[in-house]
Amino acid sequence: MLAEFGYGILVVAFLVALYSVGAAVYGDRTKSAGVVESARRAMLLIWPLITLSAATLIYLLITNHFEVSFVYSVTSREMPTYLKITAWWGGQAGSLVFWSWLMSAFASLVTLRKWDRDREFLPWVIVVTSLTTAFFLGLVVFYENPFARYWQTLDGQVLTSMFAPLNTIPLIPADGLGLNPLLRHPGMIIHPPMLYLGFVSFVIPFSFAIAALITGRTDDRWIRITRRWTLWAWLFLSFGLVLGSRWAYDVLGWGGFWGWDPVEIAALMPWLTGTAFLHSVMIQEKRGLLKQWNMILIILTYALVIFGTFLTRSGVLSSVHAFAQSAIGPAFFVFIVVTFASSIGLVIYRWPQLRGETELKSLLSREALFLLNNLLFISVLVVCFWGVIFPLISQLITGQTVTVGPPFYDRATAPLFATLMLLMGVAPLSAWGHSTVKTLGRALWKSALAALLIAVILFFTYTKNAIALVGFFLVALVLLVTIQEFWRGAIGRMKAQDENFFTALWTLISRNRRRYGGYIIHMSMMLMAVGILGINIFQTQTQGTLPVNGSLKLGNYTVQYESIAQFNGPDNRQVTRAVVGVYDQNGNYLGELHPRIDYYPDAQQNMTIPGERSSMQDDLYVLLVDWQPATANGATFKIFVNPLINWLWIGAFVFLFGILVAAWPDRELEYVRERSHRVEQTSAAD
Amino acid sequence: MGRKKFVIGGTLILAAVVYLIVSSTQANAEYFMTIDELKAQSQSVIGKNMRISGAVVGDTIQYDPQTLTLSFEVANVTADNNVVEAQGGLAAVLHAAVIDPNRSRIKIVYTGPKPDLLKNEAQAIMTGQLGTDGMFHADELLLKCPSKYQEAVPQQTGG
Repeated sequence: MLAEFGYGILVVAFLVALYSVGAAVYGDRTKSAGVVESARRAMLLIWPLITLSAATLIYLLITNHFEVSFVYSVTSREMPTYLKITAWWGGQAGSLVFWSWLMSAFASLVTLRKWDRDREFLPWVIVVTSLTTAFFLGLVVFYENPFARYWQTLDGQVLTSMFAPLNTIPLIPADGLGLNPLLRHPGMIIHPPMLYLGFVSFVIPFSFAIAALITGRTDDRWIRITRRWTLWAWLFLSFGLVLGSRWAYDVLGWGGFWGWDPVEIAALMPWLTGTAFLHSVMIQEKRGLLKQWNMILIILTYALVIFGTFLTRSGVLSSVHAFAQSAIGPAFFVFIVVTFASSIGLVIYRWPQLRGETELKSLLSREALFLLNNLLFISVLVVCFWGVIFPLISQLITGQTVTVGPPFYDRATAPLFATLMLLMGVAPLSAWGHSTVKTLGRALWKSALAALLIAVILFFTYTKNAIALVGFFLVALVLLVTIQEFWRGAIGRMKAQDENFFTALWTLISRNRRRYGGYIIHMSMMLMAVGILGINIFQTQTQGTLPVNGSLKLGNYTVQYESIAQFNGPDNRQVTRAVVGVYDQNGNYLGELHPRIDYYPDAQQNMTIPGERSSMQDDLYVLLVDWQPATANGATFKIFVNPLINWLWIGAFVFLFGILVAAWPDRELEYVRERSHRVEQTSAAD
Repeated sequence: MGRKKFVIGGTLILAAVVYLIVSSTQANAEYFMTIDELKAQSQSVIGKNMRISGAVVGDTIQYDPQTLTLSFEVANVTADNNVVEAQGGLAAVLHAAVIDPNRSRIKIVYTGPKPDLLKNEAQAIMTGQLGTDGMFHADELLLKCPSKYQEAVPQQTGG
């Protein structure tokens, strides 16, 4: 009964979404405000409907309704309740409902804003958001129904269907399969929602872009309205990526955090175009340039968001030739092609209106460097995309499938990322409109010299690795330039306003939050870069089988095997936990670690959880690989020392702070600055 | 005049990116083969970077924790998705491959911790090289168990 109810509500939500699309188009064409208002109300109804359906699904998950196939596949009796709730997005069907739920929530939020000046955008924003919601609801209603149940025919065959097929009886399994143990981790509970929030909130700027294209109001109004949405989208997506990395580091037990897996790349690609978009909209706001480009970027981002959802959710990855394995593959493909083609068609239609108001003049001007930044992000995107589709291409051309692995991505993207770092160092010092080598050099040379000095010191004290030295030089350069920017601004204010240093710094930042928030984000990227350089270049490892009290030495650490114990953990795990003591090079005791192996009987699967000891210098990361009960052989360990990795996570927090500085809502009206002020603004430093 | 330098700059960037992609692809290409294909042209591919996939034969898994040497056999499975679908899904195909003694098999050698997902009838994707000893020396091991989480149907149960 409940399953029918939940499914029925989803069908209603799907129909309401379609109605709101139709009504919005009709209302706009007939200039009928009443019909548009009806469309808006319909769209506001979608979220409560999906909420109701989702609540039903969660109820079924919590109460062990294993006759529902989705419940059977993601939960089991032993799982704690919070995991049963999060199992909502642990499987494909549920996560599609989750996606639509978030989408409709954001769409509702955006339609609740004041629309006085932008009435003509409203119907088209409704069309885009409702159509996207309808697509995902349609997938759930027609292909991936989370409420479908098991039925058994008389000859014992098991069928999955929403309603009872002829001559069948309901099949109610005694227990479910349980959530994949890999996903039973706190990181996995917040990682997908973050990623999805990022995905979904990028639909909002896209919908305004399409509204601008259709209505012909192609000025930067749509960018100004969606500026905050874009920043929040970027925040969520970035955090989703970081959380995913942290989860991989803590759970997957291979001593790394990023493996250029297609799933990771799927989430990274919209981030790349989104980041490029975030930068290039500033050029449009300040200089009236790159309008066509911005449209293309946001359209690409939307397409990659849908593509990313498909890749991360279709459960068909890791095998290179399995793109269309799931029933929803073709549906996704058609949706992406149709939306992408029609959006690009609109851009071409409005091409003349989207021409720049001025021209790029100087190669070293701020706007030219922003353009270069965009090209670099797109280049990284092209590398990623190439890596993902290369197997298909090679198959088509030579008949032989050829794949590329992580070394390909490392090699092809490293120079691009290095150039991006250099840009972060140079661009803040260049002026809008026109810069020369001379003016730039004058602003840059002190920081460059200091960074070089740092690199030289590191050469003699820390490492002779060329790539690392180049990396550290760039990190130092960007940090110095950025700090210098804060310093200069604050000192300038101190003198002009007669304030003390901290008041001056505070006012400086709060008056130009987007700019200084951006700088904080640049610095956080440098901290992350230190962590990435550290683990990629300086990671060391060793392994060995130890008797009790035997020890292994790696770098400055000595790891001594002390004992091992087996017990039952929560969630019906069988835990095998080793205790190892950690000593520094002088034999001082530093503490103990508990690497362990969790065995999940319901899933018949092991999870290897590392013992980690973190410091600013490095992480000691100990894996229990294997063990023999009650023999002198003892246990086998694999040990990594991951230098500097913690700077990655610290950088992530600084990043969060920077984005909050940039995106926190203003009290003053956003659109006070209008184009007439643009010239004055740009002649000033900002 | 103003345009020209941008065109030149853009072309240089484009050339650099194309070079990066092409050279990195060449340096890191891995041929994806089924075990049948690998056996058919074994001489010509010795030492080349390759990626192969197959079904793990559970009985053959051996692990020496002293040296962390892992070895097991994989049985040939088709790489064609349509065939997989026609034969009842990946789980069924993997099962059929493992129980069929006439399937071509190859021995995989890998050094490192034993992966948690390595078990009978798992799909294994290995990156590495075919050695002169006829064994496949894997540098990287990727496993998935489709039977468990994707297409499983409950067993006959009461309740």
